Amino acid sequence: MTEDGIRCDGRRLDELRNISIKVGVLKNADGSAYIEFGKNKILAGVFGPRDVHPKHMANPDSGILRCRYHMSPFSVTERKNPAPSRREIEISKVIKEALQPAVILKDYPRTVIDVFIEVLQADGGSRCAALDAAAVALADAGIPMRDLVSACAAGKVADRIVLDVNNEEDQEGQADMPVALMPNIGKVTLLQLDGMLKPEEFKTCMQTALVGCKRVYEVQRKALMEKYFQNGEQ
Amino acid sequence: MNSQILDQLKRDKILDLLKTGKRIDGRTLDEQRPLVIETGVIPKANGSARVKLGNTEIITGVKIQPDKPFPDLGDKGILICTAEILPLADPNAEPGPPNEEVIELARVVDRGIRETEMIDLHQLVLIEDKSVIGMFIDSSVIDSGGNLFDACSYASVAGILSCTVPKWEIKDDAPVLVEGVTSKPPIKTLPVSVTMARIGDYIIVDPTKDEESCMDARITITTNSDGNICAVQKGGSDGFTAEQLLQCSETALAVGRKIRKQFEQLM
Repeated sequence: MTEDGIRCDGRRLDELRNISIKVGVLKNADGSAYIEFGKNKILAGVFGPRDVHPKHMANPDSGILRCRYHMSPFSVTERKNPAPSRREIEISKVIKEALQPAVILKDYPRTVIDVFIEVLQADGGSRCAALDAAAVALADAGIPMRDLVSACAAGKVADRIVLDVNNEEDQEGQADMPVALMPNIGKVTLLQLDGMLKPEEFKTCMQTALVGCKRVYEVQRKALMEKYFQNGEQ
Repeated sequence: MNSQILDQLKRDKILDLLKTGKRIDGRTLDEQRPLVIETGVIPKANGSARVKLGNTEIITGVKIQPDKPFPDLGDKGILICTAEILPLADPNAEPGPPNEEVIELARVVDRGIRETEMIDLHQLVLIEDKSVIGMFIDSSVIDSGGNLFDACSYASVAGILSCTVPKWEIKDDAPVLVEGVTSKPPIKTLPVSVTMARIGDYIIVDPTKDEESCMDARITITTNSDGNICAVQKGGSDGFTAEQLLQCSETALAVGRKIRKQFEQLM
């Protein structure tokens, strides 16, 4: 990073990578989205509400949400074993718990909503990008939601707090904090951190990430508008 | 079905009490259950601890042995923390491959100890890029009474503090054990994990199993001796406001200082 805060990929400290989202990219899924977030390329497909298998998982009072985050073997530099790793299982769980507060599951007792995420190419921050695509795919499936979920990471690189940590910065950096927000309700639904932050830096880092989440939300919203309001009407 | 009705009644009762500033076991909101640490319980391990946090009980063993370093980390020893819930610990626990809760537990415990840099891994190298010392810290939940995250983390830290590191010499490029010579592990800082649960608008420290069964969301924050925040994991099916999260980070630092005093007595 240079003295005046220009990062290794030419971004400023508070600048996001390029994000583009396409809605409804899969014909079989009830809802779907494709996101490019920097070099991340991620597909999300949603099925349901539908019958639960195995049946004993069904909840008579509410629907359930299941989530699978999976990385393709060719998505990273060294081939990744296609079997789900412990990391992928943990990420699947935190993504599910980040989406759950937004989805109104009470309306669909005894059913399941399945969210499948495939990381085709991974760069830093793939869990946030995956979450952004999954939230849009849920909306595309027509599932009633309290809000969208928008996610973005912030971190500490060369003693400075930066928005949207890329892969190189994640490897070399001092901290990485992925955050997800329901932007209209103002609730944080995912927060993780690894690294080392002073209490003031923790606060700044979280606020930086939240600003990023709100910018991501605008991109998600625009993508949904493009599919459903093509004539420019609201 | 029955249990869902009971859970709702339990939640109502717990929330009613919280409104008066009390908890179901008489604690204040930011009070932990008593922590009892006993070390050296498994003499065949290089270090061990049995930890009780209220009704939760953990046994941790530390095994230390020479190993090959990770390909890109040839100048560092190996540190791996695991955690599992034994089938005898909980009526809902099953033998077999770990489920996502157990995987999360193990990874969060590992992250807390790794990210605080508790152990100076550079001092565990025998021959750079070829041979290093590996420390394996395995925790077993033997009685599950809520807040397994903190209990496993405390047991892992206590196990590490209690361990003695054997000495290896290099002969013909291979490590050979030197009998009767041991040293203390290279400790840099003391990580303390503090887990909080949100029930309604209330945030409580160190939730019991009953409190966990009706919580909205959970957060685990690990701090080091210098007062830095090093690892965070949010869990549970709802969220927190940004203000609540900042409040949690302050609570984690304050509660962490008390627990750290208890660790210091083990050193």
